[in-house]
Amino acid sequence: MPVHIPHTIAEATALLADHPDATILNGGTDLMVEVNFNHRRPESVLLLRNVPQLSQWSIDAAAGTITIGAGVPYSAMEKGEIAAAVPALAQAARTVGSPQIRAAGTMGGNLGTCSPAGDTLPVLSALEATIHLASTSGERTVTFNEFMVGPKRNIKQSNEIITAITMPITNNRQGYSKVGVRNAMVISVASACFAIVGNSPRLAMGSVGPTILRATAAEKFLTEASPDLSNISDDVAREFGRIASTEARPIDDHRSTAAYRSHAIGILAARLAQRGTSS
Amino acid sequence: MSANEFYALKVNGVVHHVSDAWIGESLLYVLRERLGLPGSKGACEQGECGSCTVFIDGAAVCSCLVMAASAVESEIATVEGLNSDGTLTDVQEAFVTEGAVQCGFCTPGLVMAVHHLLDENQTPTELEVKEALSGNICRCTGYGRIFAAVDKVVAVRKGARS
Repeated sequence: MPVHIPHTIAEATALLADHPDATILNGGTDLMVEVNFNHRRPESVLLLRNVPQLSQWSIDAAAGTITIGAGVPYSAMEKGEIAAAVPALAQAARTVGSPQIRAAGTMGGNLGTCSPAGDTLPVLSALEATIHLASTSGERTVTFNEFMVGPKRNIKQSNEIITAITMPITNNRQGYSKVGVRNAMVISVASACFAIVGNSPRLAMGSVGPTILRATAAEKFLTEASPDLSNISDDVAREFGRIASTEARPIDDHRSTAAYRSHAIGILAARLAQRGTSS
Repeated sequence: MSANEFYALKVNGVVHHVSDAWIGESLLYVLRERLGLPGSKGACEQGECGSCTVFIDGAAVCSCLVMAASAVESEIATVEGLNSDGTLTDVQEAFVTEGAVQCGFCTPGLVMAVHHLLDENQTPTELEVKEALSGNICRCTGYGRIFAAVDKVVAVRKGARS
């Protein structure tokens, strides 16, 4: 039976060890497009969708973190407790594809595909999320910013599955925004997540570089220019966006131009810095 | 490439056996070409148009993005199973009476999406309706008659409850 259907993480990693060439499948929203268009011909498949543990999530109040299973669909992040704990993630999830795509697609898939346009990835970068990986050799964790190393490239080993993602619950302002050619069913041309973690502003940018990029110079500027992050002046926000756009490394492609992406990311950064404030 | 997959799918409560299939076949393909259930339509094959919308374990998803052989443990519901006696559901009836069907290609997917929306939310706002149907593309109607059909179902169901 070339579709292997485990029901526990241990079964999944054992099957992957026995079938190292198996294609890992969860929601299918990336993989099946490639299969339908004959870009991929999988010979064997490891289905993770029927592992209940991967579809769970939990809040650790003492640690101030939320851990979301790699198989939780985007639709579960759009509202409810996950949205309350990680509002930027909910905003990002709501921009993914369409309701049908959000009912199937998962953060594990977003990480496995690791496209620079992956909608949840800027959130994971800004919040410095931890990715949990499992194999028959055991478990390990890496930060998102270590995990993604290039366009569609990550450090996951071929015998590992992504099991969960842990993020801090910041109890502070955070937001996500993206630009595309229309409102629904669109892959981002530029995307950004702004979050205040502790007292530090963080800005992560998607679709404007080979990986998700942290705008560290813009973050440093904002920390110095606006000690009160709940009241950011228009001038400071504009300069924050300008610096962020200089940190972007976009390219021209079929979706947009580098010049437009640089412009758009600066606007997104400036708006996100002020969103939710009275500024 | 092996072309000898044998598996069973539970569609609209009935177990169907699939034989000599290729592993990469989408659920949409298997429904239409192997199981004789052509109600779900295939257009984009990449999850953008919504015309192939089915329910998998209660979730409305694009069947073109479901690997059929991976759905062996799931309950699949298609537009054919909405009313098993062949009569129209209230949503289908409203599509007819409100003129929401023109070429008809998107209709099965939209009917599934509307049923899913109204099962979860009896009184959706205009924005909620638009967002819920944002994964179903219609190139004929401009959507006005489709939204009118949704409003009609909401009103009729509300009347029936009170």
